[in-house]
Parts: sequence; structure tokens; C-alpha cells
Amino acid sequence: MKQSSLRHTLAGLAIVAASGAAYAEKANDTLRVAFTKELENVDSYFNSSREGVVLQRAVWDGLIYRDPITNEYSGNLATSWEWIDDLTLELKLREGVKFHNGEPFNADDVVYTVNFVAREENGVKTQRNVNWMKSAEKIDDYTVRIHLKDKFPAAIEFLSGPVSMYPNEYYAEVGPSGMGLEPVGTGPYKVVSVTPGQHFVLEKNENYHDSPKGQPEITNIDIRTIPDVNTQMAELFSGSLDLIWQVPADQSEKLAEMGQFTVANESTMRVGYLSMDAAGRSGETPFTDLRVRRAVNHAINREELVNALLKGKSKVIWTPCFPSQFGCIEEAAEQYDYDPEKARALLAEAGYPDGFKTELYAYRDRQYAEAILSYLNAVGIETDFKFLQYSALRELNMTGDVPLAFLTWGSFSVNDASAMVSQFFKHGSLDDARDDQVLADLEVADSATDPETRKEHYTKAIERITEQAYWAPMFSYNTNYVFTKEVEYTPTADEVLRFTTMGWN
Amino acid sequence: MLLFILKRLGLAVLVAFTVSLISFSLLFMAGDPAAALAGETASGEDIEAIRKLYGFDRPMLVQYGDWLVSALQFDFGESYYFRLPVSSLIVERLGVTMTLGVCGITFALLTAVPLGVAAAIRPNSIIDRVALFLSVAGQAMPSFWFGLILIVIFAIQLGWLPPSGASSPAHFIMPTIVLGYYAMPAIMRLTRAGMLDVLSSDYIRTARAKGAPEGRVLFRHALRNAIIPVVSLAAVQMGFMLGGSIVVESIFALHGAGFLAWESIARNDLPTVQALILVFSMFYIVFTFLADVLNAWLDPRMRSS
Repeated sequence: MKQSSLRHTLAGLAIVAASGAAYAEKANDTLRVAFTKELENVDSYFNSSREGVVLQRAVWDGLIYRDPITNEYSGNLATSWEWIDDLTLELKLREGVKFHNGEPFNADDVVYTVNFVAREENGVKTQRNVNWMKSAEKIDDYTVRIHLKDKFPAAIEFLSGPVSMYPNEYYAEVGPSGMGLEPVGTGPYKVVSVTPGQHFVLEKNENYHDSPKGQPEITNIDIRTIPDVNTQMAELFSGSLDLIWQVPADQSEKLAEMGQFTVANESTMRVGYLSMDAAGRSGETPFTDLRVRRAVNHAINREELVNALLKGKSKVIWTPCFPSQFGCIEEAAEQYDYDPEKARALLAEAGYPDGFKTELYAYRDRQYAEAILSYLNAVGIETDFKFLQYSALRELNMTGDVPLAFLTWGSFSVNDASAMVSQFFKHGSLDDARDDQVLADLEVADSATDPETRKEHYTKAIERITEQAYWAPMFSYNTNYVFTKEVEYTPTADEVLRFTTMGWN
Repeated sequence: MLLFILKRLGLAVLVAFTVSLISFSLLFMAGDPAAALAGETASGEDIEAIRKLYGFDRPMLVQYGDWLVSALQFDFGESYYFRLPVSSLIVERLGVTMTLGVCGITFALLTAVPLGVAAAIRPNSIIDRVALFLSVAGQAMPSFWFGLILIVIFAIQLGWLPPSGASSPAHFIMPTIVLGYYAMPAIMRLTRAGMLDVLSSDYIRTARAKGAPEGRVLFRHALRNAIIPVVSLAAVQMGFMLGGSIVVESIFALHGAGFLAWESIARNDLPTVQALILVFSMFYIVFTFLADVLNAWLDPRMRSS
């Protein structure tokens, strides 16, 4: 804590010190961007980072495209698609598209890519993105069929998101690690060089097909990994960076006050929530009592969290999913007003007039966790606070040893409720509710092909989850983008940097 | 002298072996590597499959033997995170760390030893006070703060140096100062104390009495004796700089081995962590060995001990 307040002082100092104007590399037509995290592998099937999604959208294309503003689907590498039956999707492919290495794009590439990623032993990092596909089959050079394992209505959404098309001959030769070092796609940007985790240089694809992503305007993109946000700001001030993102709220506020940079805020799909061990997997715990779970829900002042800490375009969330997702019906969710009195009364009713003591786990955003902890303390729930690495907390979670945790989920930017609510409430290893009724509704909602049926059952599941207060959903996250006045960019609500929509002023 | 060197070498090899054993077993105690590898949506079966695939189901000793044999050939397997050979990752990043470490320790020695000698010649003088101030400040200032202050002054305000990165020698100036300054106070205080101690000893009085020039007394007679503990300290500091420059590497976006170690721990990247522990320990062992030899050369009494 001491360290972070020092850092803030310093950030202030840096701002005062920055007197000169920013000099963007407009003259060289090079946009210089910073990543905070070291990206593990540029091959989009073998990373699970936000940074990876950004590069994936620049280097590769999917068969289908979803407009990030209207949320409407249109063809990208496919020109049309049609459900032959519930388990078979037929797609007509775009002709005349070439990969960056000159390899022409056709049905063989789609068949190879799908068959490769769908095989579990090939080890695609996020199995959920691909494990709904069974295989692909070539009908002719520009027609393919994708066979599904089971009914999966979110298929179109996944085909427009994490599933991108790879060149069959090249990928067969180099594999994931070769692809990570010298990526080849059909996308709007070609990769010039990769220094693993550190430095990525992209160049405009002059022969980019007529894609709904639009034609790239900026010629070169130079991305460096700079782990420290203060250093990123220093680079921005000294004119050696043009765009930074994921900037913390307090720093962005100061930067915005200066007027020297454009500061844009957009919401993300990430939802912060408290998960409670309603099924009692961690042993004897008060959270098996509905009244206690409701008390927790009443104890949290969500408005205050959003206004004082998260700020920007964050919103109070009541659903166990992000409201823009298909099937995430906000009206279905029970809302628990901030009412500490009521919380105390509920606790007393449940047999805890003097409150109780519990472990509270968290893995990120310590300051939010501490605020939540103080709300809980205020109604008599004493917490033993444990801050762990994500992977460690996840392991504990999977073995059911966590009574209460502050968690978040970003749904991999998939705009379908199944990416969140079904991830956690279908009796998997992370499910602390284990509610059969919810499971039954989600089974139907996840696999029905009729949108109305899906909505109906997601509504029922959300009603049940929130009425039973298995979670305390709290807020959505936002992210800040800071760039020089020479850069023109309108960020979208899905936390993906889109270089194709960037230009110079 | 040869016998001394051989003895020390034997000891160093034994230490290295012990370290390899500890680093190998320590990480298995930290958790289930198969579960960590399986990640996100893995079922119990997936974890078992991975356990088999990576050979975690074999007896510990067999796994250790395998690992040691490959490690001796500088093959540490594949990084779980980057999916690249660990050895290539380490080679790629060690360059930055070595450059930084050598520059840092050189900077520290070049500033600390003269200052320490000057402070000892005139105790409680202005020079001594300035040296004391510098060493207190160096010890008290957190490196990330000092680093950012330098960036604000030299990169933003004056625009003389690039704020971060590693693409030119100029990029290393600020990190060298920050890293070196951190090691400076201890070296300087030790030099000063050693010099003060030696300067009041009988043989210095004798040297002066026989009319040896002051420069010869100070550097040939006094410093040579006072520097012995400094050599050992500098060797330890050097080892520390290689593994412990995490903060400096992070602030200045130098993707070195220290930062890689730090990040790899958080990522559960077992092979990388093991390899780095081994490599860092080897550096410590080699530096300590060299310091011992250097000390023995400086002080014949040590050879017999």
C-alpha cells in the first residue's frame, strides 16, 4: 500500500514535469503501442491473454465477423452460412483471399484448422473456444461443413471471435511454436518480427481482402512490452509511445486533466462478483444458509464501489453474466439494495447475531477486495483475507476449499451468456452452488437452437441463481485508453484494440 | 595455491549439486505441476493424462536424474508458458542481465572504493560526511522510486536518455546507475571501515616511518589488505544483481533473466524457474569461487586455511 501511494505521488510528479508536447511518429506512419503483460505465444490458440486477442484480430481472420457496435454478424472469410441440421453448419468461402505468405485461402485451410484445434490432444489453451466442434469436411474448394459435437447455438459467435483460420501447409510444417515466432494469417496486418513476450512489429497488409473489419490505414504498428505503468506514461510523455491502454483510473484522471492526450474510457465484459460456497464443499460454512448469502448481498454498496473505485463506464451488475451477452436478461435478476441493517437482521435470523468469521480469497484488485472486506466487517462478518495468485486460487477453487472469494470473469469477449453463467453453474469443478434446477435450465438454454427458448431458460436460471443469492454480482470493469492527439481512435466495449480502425488526425 | 584452488573447486561442485537437488524438489513441493499445467477447464482425467505425458508419474529420483543429465547439456526442456526451449529463452535474456550486472557492479566499485578510501583518510571531514549521506540515501531509497525519478529528469524533462528499453548503450545508463547505486553503500562502508582499521595498524606506521611515499602506503600496503572483504562482498553483490535486478528490469522494461524468473514463478512455469534457479546459483558459486581465489592471491595467509 505504501508503495502504491508513493507511485501515485510519482505519477503526479511525472505529469508536472511533462512540459513538452508529445511527438507522435505520424511522420514515419508508425504507431507505437505498449503491452503490459508478456504475451506467451502469438499463436492465438495457445495464449489466453487480452494482448493475444488484440494480435489475433490484427493478424488473422475468422470465417464470420461480429460488428462490435451493432453486434450484427456478417461474412468475413466466409460469405454465407446455413445450418444443414442442428449439428452441421455449411459455409461458402470467399474466393481470391491469400495468406501473408502467398498461400491461397480455400476449404483445405478451414478443414485443417478446425480438425487441428478440435483435437483435444493438440492442447489448445482455452478448450471452451474450440471443443464444441467435432470436425470439418470439404464439400468443394470453397464450401465446407463444420460438424458439431452437440447442439451449440453460440457457434456463430465463437466463429466470429476466437476461432481464426490458419494456412494448412504452413501450420502443418511449423506448428504452434513456429506460428508464434513467425505468424502467418490473412488479416489486415502482417507480422514483421516477434521477440517472444517483448516486441512485436506489424505492417499493413496491402492486399487485404474486402473484409468487414475495414482496410488498415496506419502502415506500421510497433508494440513493446513495458511492465510498469509509470514507465509507460514516461514513454508517452517523452514522445516514444503513441498509445497505452489498461491505464488505472486515478492515473487516467490526472492525464485527462492535462489535456495533452486523449483519454477514452470504455466498459469491458469483465464482471466482478463474490462467490459463496452454498453447497458447503469447503465443510461447515454459514454460506449454506440462504439468509447469510442474502445478507452478504445486502451488505455490499455497489454504487459506491462503482463511483469511488472503478469509475469510468463501469456499471452495477446484478446478473451472473454481462448484460450485453445474449441470454443475460437483466430483468430476471433479483436486486439486493445496499441495506446493512437488513443484512444484520438476516444474519441474526440465521443464528449469527454477532456475525461470524470466514476466509475471503482474492487474486486481483486488492483495493476493491479491501473495500468489499470493510462492507462485510460493517455487518459483522469478520474476514481472514487471503490474496493469492490466480492459478493458486483456481486450484483451491477446483477442489472446493474456498468459502468466499472475490472473483472476476471476462468471458473471453464472447457475447453469449453461456460463456459465463454456464461456465460456473453446470456442476463443474468451479461450481459452488451445484443447483440441479439451474443445471437443467442451462442444459436447455445452451443447446436449444430457437433463440426464444434459450432466452426463456437463461431467464429461469438467472432468476434462480439470484433468488438463491449463490453469488453477489457487483460491477463490470472498464478500461482506459490514453493516446496522443495525433492518433484517432474510438475504443469499443470489448477491450480489444483494433488497429484497422485507428488513424492519424 | 593449486591445492587450495582444487579444494575450493571441489566444494563448489558439491554446493552446485546440492542446489540442483533442492531446486528440483522445492518446486514439486509447491503444488501439483500436472494440475497447474492442465489449467482452465481440465477434468481429473486431463490432469492424469498430462501427468503421464510429462512423466510426472515416474519416481522422483528418476525424474531428477533425467533432468540433471539434460541440464548438464544445457537442455532444460520447454517453457510451459512460452512453449519455447527454456535454454533459448535464458540465453536471449541473460545478455541483458549480464550487461546490466557487469555495468552495475563496475559503477558501484568505481564510485564506492575511491569514496571509501577518501572517507577513511579524512574521517569526519566533508568528504566523509558526503560519503555517509550518499550511502544512507542509497540504502534508503527504493530502486523503483530512484529509477522513476531518473526517468522524470533525464528522459522527460531533459530528453537526454531514452526512458526504457534495451536497444542501445544509452538505454543502459539509467538502469546501471540505479542498480549500482543500490550496491554502492555496503561496498563503500566496508572499504572505509577496512581502511580505517588498517591505517591504524603497526605495519602502516612502519611503512610510513621508513619513509615510503603516502600513495604507496595507501594503495600498496593499506588498500590491498582492506580490500579483501570487499572482494567477497562484491562477488555476492554481483550474484545478487544478476538475480535480483527484477525491479530495475521491470521499471526500465529490460526483459532480463531476473524479470523472467519473477514472472515465471507467478505463471507456474516450472522448467523455467528450475533452470533459472540453477543458472543463478551457478553464478553465485562461480563468483564466490573466483573471489576466494582472488583473496588467496591477495592474502597468502588464506591459502593455508
